[in-house]
Amino acid sequence: MTLADAVAAALFVGVIAYALFGGADFGSGFFDLTAGGARKGAQLRTLVDHSIGPVWEANHVWLIYILVMWWTGFPESFAAAMNTLIIPMLLALLGIVLRGAAFAFRKYAPTMGQARLYGTIFAGSSLITPFFLGAVAGAIASGRVPIDRRGDLWSSWLNPTSVLGGVIAVGTCAFLAGVFLTADADRSDLPKLAETLRLRTTLVGVVTGGVVFAALVPIHRDATTLAHGLEHRAAPLIVVSGLAGAATLGCLITRRYRAGRVTAVVAVGSVITGWGVAQYPWLLVDQVRIEDGAGVDATLVGLLVVVGLAAVIVVPPLAYLFYLAQQADTETETVTARSESRQ
Amino acid sequence: MVLAEAVQTLAGNDPAGLLPAREQMALSLGWHIVLAAFGVAFPAMILVAHWRGVYRNDDVALGLAKRWGKVAAVLFAIGAVSGTVLSFEMGLLWPGLMGPFGDVLGLPFAFEGLAFFTEAIFLGLYLYGWGRIPAKQHLLMLVPITGAGIFGTYCVIAVNAWMNMPVGFRMENGNVVDIKPWAVLLNKGSVLQFAHMWVAAYMVVGFVVAGVYAAGMLKGRRDRHHRLGLTIPLVFASVAAVLQPFVGHLLGLRIADRQPAKLAAFELALETESPSPLRLGGVLIDGEPRFYIDIPRIGSIIARNSLTKPVEGLNTIPPEDRPPVNITHLAFQGMVGIGTLLMVAVLIYWLWRWRGHDLSQNTWVLRFAVIAGPLAVVALEAGWVATEVGRQPWVVYNVLRTRDAAGDNPDLWVLLVATAILYTGLTVGAVIVLRSMASRWRAGEEDLPSPYGPEPEPLRADASDSRRSS
Repeated sequence: MTLADAVAAALFVGVIAYALFGGADFGSGFFDLTAGGARKGAQLRTLVDHSIGPVWEANHVWLIYILVMWWTGFPESFAAAMNTLIIPMLLALLGIVLRGAAFAFRKYAPTMGQARLYGTIFAGSSLITPFFLGAVAGAIASGRVPIDRRGDLWSSWLNPTSVLGGVIAVGTCAFLAGVFLTADADRSDLPKLAETLRLRTTLVGVVTGGVVFAALVPIHRDATTLAHGLEHRAAPLIVVSGLAGAATLGCLITRRYRAGRVTAVVAVGSVITGWGVAQYPWLLVDQVRIEDGAGVDATLVGLLVVVGLAAVIVVPPLAYLFYLAQQADTETETVTARSESRQ
Repeated sequence: MVLAEAVQTLAGNDPAGLLPAREQMALSLGWHIVLAAFGVAFPAMILVAHWRGVYRNDDVALGLAKRWGKVAAVLFAIGAVSGTVLSFEMGLLWPGLMGPFGDVLGLPFAFEGLAFFTEAIFLGLYLYGWGRIPAKQHLLMLVPITGAGIFGTYCVIAVNAWMNMPVGFRMENGNVVDIKPWAVLLNKGSVLQFAHMWVAAYMVVGFVVAGVYAAGMLKGRRDRHHRLGLTIPLVFASVAAVLQPFVGHLLGLRIADRQPAKLAAFELALETESPSPLRLGGVLIDGEPRFYIDIPRIGSIIARNSLTKPVEGLNTIPPEDRPPVNITHLAFQGMVGIGTLLMVAVLIYWLWRWRGHDLSQNTWVLRFAVIAGPLAVVALEAGWVATEVGRQPWVVYNVLRTRDAAGDNPDLWVLLVATAILYTGLTVGAVIVLRSMASRWRAGEEDLPSPYGPEPEPLRADASDSRRSS
């Protein structure tokens, strides 16, 4: 493994982390949006607030990590991608801004009307962001980002692979979020809510799984390099993803929510990893290889030092934070249960 | 769009993306810098309040720490959003900088990311820690937040210092070669610039927070909660305000050698004079300075630490290498003027206090304390404008012109308008939310949820749920 490969791998770990942590977080917007009116949806929205509370802000950090690793490790390809994909990048960014701000504002909104307004903005923008980031991934994976000039501003991301990438991103986010929210609702002794979520999540899972596998057909025609990778080197991961996805649906149907969370993470994680493996060794497919797009060795070593430090400095307190958040959960469970029994 | 075209014509043959990119960067950085100051300086103030609470059994101080933690969380959340915007914009607006120089300047950003992550996690731990982590360990959670904030500031300033004093690479036939990324992080030029920004952050946050409590006291809320809420940040702001002129002076001394064009613009020096006067006020109209007062010799003393050494005039600099003089000069003088005013004000305040008069009960003093916050913000923005505009037309001094860093994209004007609307919305939202938090606290709702924090205590959770759903 070369230095450039190591940095690309570290960058990709960030992509996977963002897809999983950020995915569950963005996806909760889908359930928030479809929760119903203010009174009917109050319980689900409270659950959403509660379960993404500890993670939602840390998720920006994953994205910043990806961008910084990219522009430092592979600067020319970063500039090229930003130049060609300016429109979807900006729309994703718009979603991030609106969502982050609206989520914080909703918590403190002085009136019900304002809370609803912020809530709608939060939930709507939760769908926008993964769609456009998925479209960006599709543009890169289908070889539509040239390195030496600006690619077409529209067709670079309005094409079968990009649009499918966006749809799959939204679907997987919602699926992940649904599984986690169902488990949360179950754990908090909210059986009625858990049932509603279970049905919706199963539906989302079936649709998303269907799209992922159906997408292989148009991708085969539209993005040949990627399709070749998916059908050969990445094929085992796609199979794992399919099995884990099916297992998750099984867990939902049989109400084994705890196990379902693990299989859902495996299913989504292996789809994302499959994309990375299928694309390897291309940085921008059909344009630049990882090896050729990398910055100088001294910088790559510096980046790996930062990654190493992050593993030591950041991971233990992050684990402790999740542990504390779980503790906070158990304290409030009794309350929520009481409030449901009253309704 | 007519306006955009007119500006474009004025800008001559610059690429279409240059002006809107500049304005957009100015808008989003100028907005973010205030929140960044809170990220750096506020945790230290919370640390002092919390320390008082724990080690001196001061419940009022502990209450302040708890509330400030929640305010910090909201500001941090918005700051994270605008920080994400900036990392996109680096690539979207400046492909000519990030393409060739990304691997030169990137490492400090990577470390800044690490610092930011650490800050975010420990802030989360701090907010979740109330009543869950033993008191003294809980207090310690603030130490990494404070430390990471300081380190992160250093890293970002290191990149800016690099733009002013490029190191860690050579140009060879138009190519960037011989890259030493650690040199950017360890650039000697970063230290003073960092010190200036760091101290500025304490001034801004100290005066703004003190001003909030001063406003409360003006409305008749003169309890211990408000007095302490005024005093703790004011002590930080005072120390910073007194230190700042010295730090700024040391930083300024370097400019004569490094960036003579910037110094000439700061001082509105059209021609070299020896010794140079200090020029107060003044604007350039048709190439002639108007409306100014010259104080002989002081310019040489301030800018060069000498009675005789001159400030090099703009006439020694080729026209295409001169920064926009008026903006740079006025921003610089605005920063220095406000800084001096604030320093004098805090010196008088503490001198009087030392002589046994408590000025914190004086209405006029409180009124000044209220406007000191906004004044400090203006000084921060002015200082930033002075250093950034003063570096023009270079993005990397003497290496890369800003014009060559920008992309060729006229549609950026649309984006600029959208950004302006969005940031206005964000600002209004933030103000509404912070005011609503304050009024709910006053009404006795102590345990408000925070974006990071746990759900409120059981009984209150019920109360707020029924309030929401009704």
